[in-house]
Amino acid sequence: MKTAVIVFPGSNCDRDLAVAIETITGTAPVMLWHGETELPAGLGLIALPGGFSYGDYLRSGAMSARSSIMRAVVDAAGRGVPVLGICNGFQVLTEAGLLPGALMRNAGINFVCRDVALTVDNSQSIFTSRYDAGEAITIPVAHHDGNYFADDATLDRIEGEGRVAFRYAEAVNGSARNIAGVISDGGNVLGMMPHPERMIEAAHGGDDGRRLFEGLLEAVA
Amino acid sequence: MKTRIFVTLKGGVLDPQGKAIHHALDGLGFQGVNDVRAGKLIELDLADDVSDAQIEDMCRKLLANTVIENYKIEKGA
Repeated sequence: MKTAVIVFPGSNCDRDLAVAIETITGTAPVMLWHGETELPAGLGLIALPGGFSYGDYLRSGAMSARSSIMRAVVDAAGRGVPVLGICNGFQVLTEAGLLPGALMRNAGINFVCRDVALTVDNSQSIFTSRYDAGEAITIPVAHHDGNYFADDATLDRIEGEGRVAFRYAEAVNGSARNIAGVISDGGNVLGMMPHPERMIEAAHGGDDGRRLFEGLLEAVA
Repeated sequence: MKTRIFVTLKGGVLDPQGKAIHHALDGLGFQGVNDVRAGKLIELDLADDVSDAQIEDMCRKLLANTVIENYKIEKGA
């Protein structure tokens, strides 16, 4: 199955994400530079990595969301191609309008870099099918701008539609309703601040992130 | 033509940076600071034929994120 990882100037989790995908599928993803204008045909997954693209200039993810490859990613997402954005990738997806809300500076001002407890809110999505609803998992975070914000009407809507994939089970960054990961209305785009690609084997300190990739990559195979 | 765009967080949105500045002002002994909100100033040098509608479009599409921010356009000489 063909997959792609988008690489922006300042991405720093692109290799980790590629290793996670290759470990589970046996095939390395195509690494696509942000200046490209077209995606390879037949992609089963487009993944946007963590990092500090464009130095977080203007707003985290703002410049990357307007890069030429993102026009192609938005088109592909509209056709139903699965898109996974992690950390800076989540920020890029909100800035590109593929997901509602925005990621603001952490409420406690500090950069937060540690393992955090999450709850799987929705186990029915292509991203979370290998988890149980309500399951507690541990995944690391590493971000300065992870404080999820949306107006109350939007929060009510995404909760009502089952589009909250993960919530923090502890105080992390001030996110509205402890939201850690959000799914698009079409169900094919997930953005999340925690890093599942950093938790896929025992040597990482745990493998709670592995089933996200296993379930997703099986769903799109 | 110089045009200034002031980008500020919307009213209900938490501003940790503003809070930190407020705290630092308190620490320096300044009295009577009720609240601090931090924003951005973006200066554009525009050709004379750039329309107001185009400036609005720039603000909405890039310069401000209207989910969390307001913007004000100040056209200079």
